[in-house]
Amino acid sequence: MKYYPTIGIECHVQLSTKTKLFSEVDNDARGKEPNSCVSPVDYALPGMLPRLNKEAVRFCILAGRAMNCEINAFSRFDRKHYFYPDSPKGYQITQFYQPIIGAGHVDLPSGVSVRINHAHLEGDAGKLTHFDTYSLVDFNRVDTPLIEIVSEPDIHSAKDAHDYCKELWRLMRYAGVTYGDLYNGNMRFDVNVSIAPEGSKELGTRAEVKNLNSFRSVERAVEYEISRQSKILDKGGKVIQETLGWNDATGVTTGQRSKEEAKDYRYMPEPDLPPIHLSDEYIKSESEKLPMMPADYREKFGKVIKEDILEILLDYPALMQKLDEMACDKAADTVALPLIANLFASVLLAEEKSAEYLNDLPSAKQLSELAEMNEKKELSSTATKEVFLKMFDPQMKNKDARTIAKELGVVQENDLGALEAIVDAVLKKPETLKAQEDFKAGSEKVLGFLVGQVMKESKGKANPSAVQDILRKKLA
Amino acid sequence: MKVANKTVSAVRLVQDALKKAHEFSDYNIFTFLNEEGALKKAREIDKKIARGEKVGRLAGVPYALKDNFLTPEGETTASAHILQGFSSPVTATAVKKLEDEGAIMIGRTNMDAFAHGSSTENSYFGPTLNSHDKTRVAGGSSGGSAVAVALDIVEFATGTDTGGSIRQPASFNGIYGLKPTYGCISRYGVVAMASSTDCVGFFTKDPDDMDLLMSIASGKDSKDLTTLDDYYNTETTSGRTIGVVKEFDNDSVAPEIRKALEEKCELLKSKGFEIVELEMPALKYALSAYYIIVPAEITSNLSRYDGIRYGFRSDDSNDLNKLYAKTRDDGFMPENKRRIMIGNFVLSSGFYDAYFLKAAKVRTLIVKEYEDAFKKCDFLLTPVAPNPAFKLGEKVNDPVAMYLEDMMSVSLNLAGVPGLTIPAGKTKDGLPLGLQLIGPRRSDKALIEFSKNLREVEE
Repeated sequence: MKYYPTIGIECHVQLSTKTKLFSEVDNDARGKEPNSCVSPVDYALPGMLPRLNKEAVRFCILAGRAMNCEINAFSRFDRKHYFYPDSPKGYQITQFYQPIIGAGHVDLPSGVSVRINHAHLEGDAGKLTHFDTYSLVDFNRVDTPLIEIVSEPDIHSAKDAHDYCKELWRLMRYAGVTYGDLYNGNMRFDVNVSIAPEGSKELGTRAEVKNLNSFRSVERAVEYEISRQSKILDKGGKVIQETLGWNDATGVTTGQRSKEEAKDYRYMPEPDLPPIHLSDEYIKSESEKLPMMPADYREKFGKVIKEDILEILLDYPALMQKLDEMACDKAADTVALPLIANLFASVLLAEEKSAEYLNDLPSAKQLSELAEMNEKKELSSTATKEVFLKMFDPQMKNKDARTIAKELGVVQENDLGALEAIVDAVLKKPETLKAQEDFKAGSEKVLGFLVGQVMKESKGKANPSAVQDILRKKLA
Repeated sequence: MKVANKTVSAVRLVQDALKKAHEFSDYNIFTFLNEEGALKKAREIDKKIARGEKVGRLAGVPYALKDNFLTPEGETTASAHILQGFSSPVTATAVKKLEDEGAIMIGRTNMDAFAHGSSTENSYFGPTLNSHDKTRVAGGSSGGSAVAVALDIVEFATGTDTGGSIRQPASFNGIYGLKPTYGCISRYGVVAMASSTDCVGFFTKDPDDMDLLMSIASGKDSKDLTTLDDYYNTETTSGRTIGVVKEFDNDSVAPEIRKALEEKCELLKSKGFEIVELEMPALKYALSAYYIIVPAEITSNLSRYDGIRYGFRSDDSNDLNKLYAKTRDDGFMPENKRRIMIGNFVLSSGFYDAYFLKAAKVRTLIVKEYEDAFKKCDFLLTPVAPNPAFKLGEKVNDPVAMYLEDMMSVSLNLAGVPGLTIPAGKTKDGLPLGLQLIGPRRSDKALIEFSKNLREVEE
């Protein structure tokens, strides 16, 4: 039987605030000793009280607006109780009843629009490492601010699930609220998948695959679940509502616990934190700080840069900003921008360490000049790329495109007088005489040989098409 | 307050206090005596005085600290087994403010474990005895602090009041005890019982001392987002109209207490005060609402005591759930467990709306009722508790009877309004009686001023 899948996704985003959500200690524990970024508040000593990080609230406004969400003027915190050593307080401070970010939508490049139900602000848990006879706990991550983004079940394919997660990742990075390092769990996805016979109006029973940390694993887990659930239904069985884990190596989901025995979190209003009141003016002024989003760039560059190229570049907010600067600097011509876009895309696709290329981008001015030289045929396409790559060399950093091209000795000779002199010199060489005669006799093939000889004589600087023109004239 | 100066040294004040503490050791007042630390501080203050340097307003004044305030001195245990071995790296804001003015903590005082109780019998260290009758309870939960002041060991003691834990023991021991407006004094560094009702306050022998302590300890603290602005020293009113609450005038209140209230009212009338009788019908639901909301917050606040990071751990088995269960079973007193269970019940899914949410609505009604009451009068004068100090063991095994002790004190905590226990004579058996003066939010100073007037009127 054919089945129609329905998918909803919850996404946890770690915010890159300076300090933690409820204390003043460093929120950036990357490369730090375990339990070195922990305050008495995070450690939940007796009598410790949470303080609210204003930057996290500000980030919520940016993240919310990036997803076209309403920002709620009133929101508050609740306690979600559970016992586990990664939770020092014995509860997580979250927003169960009145979240800060309301309804919105995320539009995928494919045209699919996924509605956002809400997103709430909460503290992360610590990290446990298990050994044979004992476990160790690291509280560095405790109360790192998180927003949990809850989508409506508007996704109906593994591909769209992948694209939605990727678009969220882009949006959060464009909004500047997270490092977005998936490998280190800066964004984690819980995927709810159900299937129903095609045409059915009722949704099937859903299973939740928890803690996916790559777009690829989201896609694979959804594919797997659709197929697993289809097989169950085909055999006349019933899908049980349960929470599953994903094994990336084996590519299968495995049961963790069924919802029947799910914990009762005994939610309670957080009495230590007053509610958050945001004025309209504050929401407005913070919202205005949101930079251009992927959708804005698609609209702006969609007609100039090829879609597949643009989608590659859109993963890199800083790069898009650079292209936008270029577009402002020079009129958004249909030649320069695509050229630069293609150069970036080829580097990003080819180079393994492509991310390194983006740490320190060339200036918009450098790039504009490079495009101009290419357009004026002062640089061949090979030379253009060569100069482009050199721009990332720290020693070349502050040099303009022309200087780099000159230093590399790759500027093309376009001066017709100079070119003519070189052609003449080549035509006088005995080894070219035969070819000259053959050409005159009607052999087009040998023209390439003659151009090659001129290029060689010019040490590669001659503009080949100009050389061709001169040769044709001389040998006519 | 006797402050150290050129003629009386801080060392002398501290030595006297410590001597008395030893003398009265059979009352089981202290869980820890800060002998070395206190003398060291006293010597520093004496040196300053000798050098003619400025010293604080509480220079060399010995005081007793309820065992639920965090300081590095000794172990902060809240008189609970599960916190044995916990010594705090941080100092509570209120303590810091007192010590910055030169006050010297001579010891930590006994309390009902985690402040759950009205008699100090629920302490891991055993009960504290009443200052006037050793066969009776000290009241609670701040029993040790109240008795320390009543027996004149110290000039003042800190307390916390979540449902009467300062006012009732003050009443049982014949001294002043103030539960300030919610948010007046920082809760930072105070072991939490119920976050939305916990208040830090004091026991003193006279209202002037109370005023001084409040002016020092009150105020906004960036570490406690529920603290109010620094209003204490600037806001005061005087009252001529005193309300009495009809609902508290019934047979469940001991005749001697009703008589003490009547006499006080007569006295006030004779001095030109107006006495009005008010009906506050929502107050009869206060105790029920309190024993839903407070256990809910208790169960939440006690979740952190799991044996993982600090304090007592019962079992080192490799089964996590066993470790939790055994640690918490051994570490908590029966009353702690009772409240944890009630709290979990009222928060559990399916019961939240019927219990917690409904109690929250009752709380709103009580807030409103107090607001209305203070449109008709300036202060309310009521009993603190239905009885004077009861016998040790009399109620400890009857939780409901013990909870009923709180019937006239808990509504203030739900409403966040301040209440001051003032001494009101003694029973014919010589047991102290106290009355409770209640004002609107932020009327803390006015309450104290009024109690000063009242004292003058009586003299």
